[in-house]
Amino acid sequence: MAATANDATLIVGASQAGVQLAATLRELGDERPIVLVGDEPHAPYQRPPLSKAYLQGEITSDDLIFRTADWFAQHDVEVVTGETIAAIERHADGGGEAVTETGRRIPFARLALTTGAAPRRLDLPGIDLPGVHYLRTADDAAAIAEGLESARSLVVIGGGFIGLEVAASARKRGLAVTVLEAAPRLVGRVVSEQTSAFYLDAHRRRGIDVVLDARIAAIEGADAVSGVRLEDGTVILADVVLVGIGVVPRTELAEQLGLEVDGGIVVDAACRTSDPSIVAAGDCALMPNPYARGSLPRVRLESVHNALEQAKVAAATLMGDPHEYRTTPWFWSDQADIKLQIAGLSTGYDATVLRGDPDTEKFSVLYYRDGELLAADCVNQPLDFMAVRSALGRGATIPPEAAADTSVPLKKSVVEPAAPTLV
Amino acid sequence: MTTVIYTAHDGTETIVEGTPGVSIMETALRNGVPGIVGECGGSMSCATCHVFVSDETAAIAGEMSELEDEMLDGTAVEREERSRLSCQIKLIEGETYRVTTPSEQV
Ligand SMILES: Cc1cc2nc3c(=O)[nH]c(=O)nc-3n(C[C@H](O)[C@H](O)[C@H](O)COP(=O)(O)OP(=O)(O)OC[C@H]3O[C@@H](n4cnc5c(N)ncnc54)[C@H](O)[C@@H]3O)c2cc1C
Ligand code: FES
Repeated sequence: MAATANDATLIVGASQAGVQLAATLRELGDERPIVLVGDEPHAPYQRPPLSKAYLQGEITSDDLIFRTADWFAQHDVEVVTGETIAAIERHADGGGEAVTETGRRIPFARLALTTGAAPRRLDLPGIDLPGVHYLRTADDAAAIAEGLESARSLVVIGGGFIGLEVAASARKRGLAVTVLEAAPRLVGRVVSEQTSAFYLDAHRRRGIDVVLDARIAAIEGADAVSGVRLEDGTVILADVVLVGIGVVPRTELAEQLGLEVDGGIVVDAACRTSDPSIVAAGDCALMPNPYARGSLPRVRLESVHNALEQAKVAAATLMGDPHEYRTTPWFWSDQADIKLQIAGLSTGYDATVLRGDPDTEKFSVLYYRDGELLAADCVNQPLDFMAVRSALGRGATIPPEAAADTSVPLKKSVVEPAAPTLV
Repeated sequence: MTTVIYTAHDGTETIVEGTPGVSIMETALRNGVPGIVGECGGSMSCATCHVFVSDETAAIAGEMSELEDEMLDGTAVEREERSRLSCQIKLIEGETYRVTTPSEQV
């Protein structure tokens, strides 16, 4: 490296994880320069409201920023927006230089990848017609909101959280909404059958048409989308189509750097990639998770909480004080007036307990493995959620027999972990 | 001018000039005020934006919804009489707000 040693930290990806990583470095007393590069043309902002309050017209994109420009300036965090890092060269000393698509060169001493994920693309005839959207960015959301302005009908392809949130938001605006799901149930990847069945009923009650086991043949339209054709020939009219079939982690830079990638950038519990001088965090990272049971040694989570917590761990690692990621995963989804809060990870469960009656739209499903509490889906039941999140965080459990009894608050049924024995 | 005075658990005070319509939680996060986490961005899903408000602030903070009330039963530090979720208090032009943050949010 040149005589004027560059000691900057480069963070690639200026969103939930990237901003937190920069903030935690400063909280930990790091005084070296930080460059936060993001390819979107906006100051870093929150995504969750894009499918919720934003689409319902309750807020504007100005309401979404994480930090003020003053904060970034005062904390000497240089935010570079609208620039894509195209390549990264490493030097023998561990530092290196990144090159953006426009040819700008950014030298660094330490590197963090918080590149997130991009929507999974659908390969169908007509998919490129105007009026067909994906939703990941503020620009995507603005285009959808504009489309919905004059639309009468929306077809959502994919019955996952984002698809259902958009469906519910559009239904609230009075559109005719159809959700097409290829699987036999909604949100099948993440929740139990009871929760899936509840969502089916709840969205149908609100006037959303849900087609399960849907087989789509093509998107129809001349100059713009006009409908979606199923394999059986049925055509569902649509002025707007939203495709929400999951995301693909953005691992291209990690691959180019020769890091281990396996459906996510592989990291250890301290967010170190296979090159331990480089950290990764957030939606792009695949990490061993102490809460994941069963056959999955590593998981890639897509949630705000995970992005924030991994970013904090990654920052500590960059400061030379690595410690393990240990936090109770949690997630939320707001679909119209239905608030879902999930605590823990249900992967590997062998039994569930239903607490309350789904028909009342207030209930929880608790997940167990060998009689031990793993997780809970709580629908309009914030108290159950708080009880489970806090129990899991302390290593406590809730006996399945007690969990179903709605006459006793869940908090009262928590059994504390056995006190550690002294040796 | 709209002002928020945040007092941390250890007594440290941070004074921030706020924007009307923006919540006390958002104002803290955007300006890096410690003591408020606000993971869910104000959608009343996390209860990590718990604060204790002064009497004067309570009077201008607006009514508490049923959901906020329920969420407050699960905060990291036990709720008190003057507990609120700071994401639910939107700043009003010309007012001054005083809140104390608890020792823990998660
Ligand atoms: C519509 C929507 C609703 C959601 N709702 C919820 C919710 O209710 N609850 C919840 O917990 N989570 C929700 N999420 C998920 C949550 O937003 C993500 O988990 C979180 O944003 C992950 O943060 P991240 O920083 O890891 O990645 P991202 O937010 O994906 O950010 C990565 C950034 O890096 C940029 N980037 C990537 N590669 C490069 C490069 N080479 N050069 C420059 N920049 C690059 C990307 O453009 C992007 O801006 C939602 C997501 C969406 C899209
Ligand atoms: S920010 Fe989550 S409840 Fe207030």
